[in-house]
Amino acid sequence: MKKIIISLFSILLGFLIGGIVLKLSGISPLEAYKVMFYGSFSQPNYISYIIIRSTPLIFTGLSVAFAFKTGLFNIGAEGQFITGALAATFLGYYFNFNPWLQIPLVIIVGTFAASLYGGLAGFFKARFGVHEVLSTIMLNWLALYISNYFVFYEGIRRPDTETTEFINQSSSLTLFEDWKISEVGIEWLNQHEILKSFMRPPVNAGIFLALIAVIVVWVILEKTSFGFKLKATGFSLLASKYAGINTNAKMTQSMMISGALAGMAGVTHVMGVSKNVAVLAAHEGYGFDGIAVALIGSTHPFGVLLSSFFLGTLKYGGQKIQSALEAPSEVISIMIGVIIFFIAIPSVLELPIEKIKTFFSNRRLQKQVNTHE
Amino acid sequence: MNSLVILFSTTFMYSTPLIFTSLGGVVSEKSGVINIGLEGMMTFGAFVASWMAITTGNPWLGFLAGGLAGLILACLHAVASILWGANQVVSGMAMNFLGSGLSIFLCRIFFEGASMTPPLDLSLKIPLIYNQYATVYLAFLATFILWFIFKYTRLGLRLISSGEHPKAALAAGVNVSLYRYFGVLSSGFLAGLGGASLSIVIVSNFRPTLISGQGFIALAAMIFGKWNPVGSMLACLFFGFSQALVVYVGGIEGMTVSSQILSALPYVLTLIVLVGFMGKSTAPSALGQ
Repeated sequence: MKKIIISLFSILLGFLIGGIVLKLSGISPLEAYKVMFYGSFSQPNYISYIIIRSTPLIFTGLSVAFAFKTGLFNIGAEGQFITGALAATFLGYYFNFNPWLQIPLVIIVGTFAASLYGGLAGFFKARFGVHEVLSTIMLNWLALYISNYFVFYEGIRRPDTETTEFINQSSSLTLFEDWKISEVGIEWLNQHEILKSFMRPPVNAGIFLALIAVIVVWVILEKTSFGFKLKATGFSLLASKYAGINTNAKMTQSMMISGALAGMAGVTHVMGVSKNVAVLAAHEGYGFDGIAVALIGSTHPFGVLLSSFFLGTLKYGGQKIQSALEAPSEVISIMIGVIIFFIAIPSVLELPIEKIKTFFSNRRLQKQVNTHE
Repeated sequence: MNSLVILFSTTFMYSTPLIFTSLGGVVSEKSGVINIGLEGMMTFGAFVASWMAITTGNPWLGFLAGGLAGLILACLHAVASILWGANQVVSGMAMNFLGSGLSIFLCRIFFEGASMTPPLDLSLKIPLIYNQYATVYLAFLATFILWFIFKYTRLGLRLISSGEHPKAALAAGVNVSLYRYFGVLSSGFLAGLGGASLSIVIVSNFRPTLISGQGFIALAAMIFGKWNPVGSMLACLFFGFSQALVVYVGGIEGMTVSSQILSALPYVLTLIVLVGFMGKSTAPSALGQ
């Protein structure tokens, strides 16, 4: 409960300081926030874009949060995302079964590839004592170059482009993809304006998988002895060892699950939105944003769910101020930075929160006294 | 022969930003404060340096301003970590978002909506000395100074004691907080210089993708170099060398090695070295407390 209040308070301060930064640059903060708000919620297709944007954030946020629970800092969500995306592209392009077989196959194998990739960092830590921050940074770059290598690989490269071929239709997670452009579909959608707008973006089933992942992670962490052991390892390594927990195995397992979650982000992104992968000049920041999501959501699965929608909305709505007001949309990064900064210092926020609490309880007491009189 | 000279001079050039930043990491973590925000401080330093160099026409002023920009961000991290007992990893991450956000935001404000600064005139770049940019020598000088401080001075010893055993240091009358402030602030300054030596020396402008992960590479180099200035410098030279190798091999005609594989090589090698030869990491024992 206290963590929720701190997160909300930090978000408030983020908007406040973001507003001050805008004001100092000669842009009206109220105007900017209004544009952001309308740019996020005023049309049904905006909502679908927000859902599409938030889906990978839920996965990477869960990934980082899960590793945190075991005392591991997974900076490698980025690399695991890339691994999942690349594996899904390969599978989706080279195999073409019935969708009922194809879709689970691509999801499971793609996720498993990323899981192994993430597990590598856990294994290095458990077996060789290699700091996971160091190994995941290395693995991120490795994944990027491997992915780039395969994008240029003859056979999967789309001729004369810097991207791969598209995955087969049978692996698509996009909802009603064919129907949307069929005659019946167009006609039906023309009669239903709201749904037409909602369906225009590549709405896909990734969000349902993400919601399932939230619940699964919550169950693992809160309701199973496996999760308890993971958390114990994170809480105190030596005490867990003394209690007979195989902490080395737990670290590897934790990173494998964390990797699988981040990989799911890449898999669903390819299957539902991009349909292929392109050459990467630099990291796209999915892993980075995952860290932000996990921190703002205080590393709780449900918190992660809320904070990924928050971040997804902010990022989608934030870009609108660029065209509407010529205001730099990077104010969003500043706000995220401020929010995380305040989340890092709960002791400072606790004081004003306590003050507010006592103020209200005092008032309640005062009222009771008054009614007695 | 001549091409080998070019290979080595490119190595030095690419290593410089990493060396500055990595030294920053060493100084902060030796004093006991985790600094994962090097990336953000580097980015902010890179932007402010190129902005200052363009507005004043003096690259050295730009270079210095870059360092100061990093220092300003480090102030936030220092106050949060030392005074308010922050979770240092979280606060460091905040610096990364702030650093890149502020840089591009200010860039758009100062340069009419562009996310890149205009290129610096060649005559306004840091001068070459014996075919190397002056900043290269400064990076090595900084390494030497830090090595000397940690090895031979009272300041260095007290910094180390703040990071290894703050309670004992306190009992011995060392003002641990003060030394930690020193550590974090100089860390920001060095990371800022690192960013500056990228934006106004190696390339001639700031752009959003300029740093893209170099701060984290510097962080890795610090761990790789076992929190030792000289070790970190060597690790940075290794990363710089592999970057230079990609450029060098790419220039050879008839070369068929994929540049992607070549670029991935340093990261694979680092992992192999870590797994095979390094053993347990040797971080300062009171790091993050």
